Amino acid sequence: MIRSEILKEIAPILRDQLVVCNIGIPSQELHAIDDQPTNFYMLGTMGLASSIGLGLALSQPKPVIVIDGDGSILTNLGTLPTIANNVADNYILLIVDNGSYGSTGDQPTYAGQKTSLAKMAEAAGCERVIECAAEDTGRVLQEALDGKQMTIIVAKCESGNAKMPVITMDPVVIRDRFMKAVRA
Amino acid sequence: MNIDQKITDDLVANDISFVTTVPCKQLAGVIKEIDARDEIFHIPSNKEDEGMGLCAGAWMGGKRPAIIMQNTAIGVTINTLATLIQFYRMPLPMLISYRGELREPVACQVEMAVHTKALLAQMNIPTYHFHKQSDVEELDNILKYTFMCNKPVAILTDANFWGGYGDQ
Repeated sequence: MIRSEILKEIAPILRDQLVVCNIGIPSQELHAIDDQPTNFYMLGTMGLASSIGLGLALSQPKPVIVIDGDGSILTNLGTLPTIANNVADNYILLIVDNGSYGSTGDQPTYAGQKTSLAKMAEAAGCERVIECAAEDTGRVLQEALDGKQMTIIVAKCESGNAKMPVITMDPVVIRDRFMKAVRA
Repeated sequence: MNIDQKITDDLVANDISFVTTVPCKQLAGVIKEIDARDEIFHIPSNKEDEGMGLCAGAWMGGKRPAIIMQNTAIGVTINTLATLIQFYRMPLPMLISYRGELREPVACQVEMAVHTKALLAQMNIPTYHFHKQSDVEELDNILKYTFMCNKPVAILTDANFWGGYGDQ
């Protein structure tokens, strides 16, 4: 399975939740599969999806699902200790780990080699870390939502991207409709 | 007047309840004060761009955020300021210790100090420079201005403002 196949499978779970989605092709795929006002698409700023989601989870009570990538987590590794030490039980970080920088030509990341993001999250102090196969992502995500405990999911999948259009929505529109959905 | 208390009082009076910090010696007192206040959730970050991500999320979640950091962080956060805070039009007061200015004991700090205002000007970021203790009287208005216009706003605070480094 590649990332877009995971996103298609979990789209019904994501639909009613606040979602912060990683820069580049992940946001393009989610936008094309099931655009919702509850989705916050990152159009730039690689690495900060997990931080934006944590700030959001700590500031209001609704569940927040962050869809991040292995490359973006590696870019902002300091996020893991911050997440671990500021527990928000409405926070789920889903790292789609395809071992590559998908938006830039599928160059390999270290997460696809010797580095384990699940072990790094555990070493950072995250208490509920689950590594799963791509096929199990939906089940693990639903369990995390039902469990109401901060969870880091590392979903291991194959490298590859679906061909989707660039998001042309204005960033202020994305942000405004998202904030209205947060308040709703 | 205790500047650390005055700054924190102004943050609280402007309903700022989510503050992220990356420490600087000059900022130690205000960080301690913020950490002690029940009205403010203090979340230290490991790098300033991470902190801006936290602030962006907090604001979308309904809280007013602020970041406290050193001016060296301008070198770290240019991309985040342009593509997140400015592109999505978000307010962000940045209380910045302005190292490398008058009374600075560490030469290397001057290397970023000489670029600080030029970079902020290049980014079209409204910038205020606190040099004397009485300059802090403007903070309340600067915070109101920031949340009026939904922009990142820089408040540079130099060593003279904080009272120098003593015998260092």
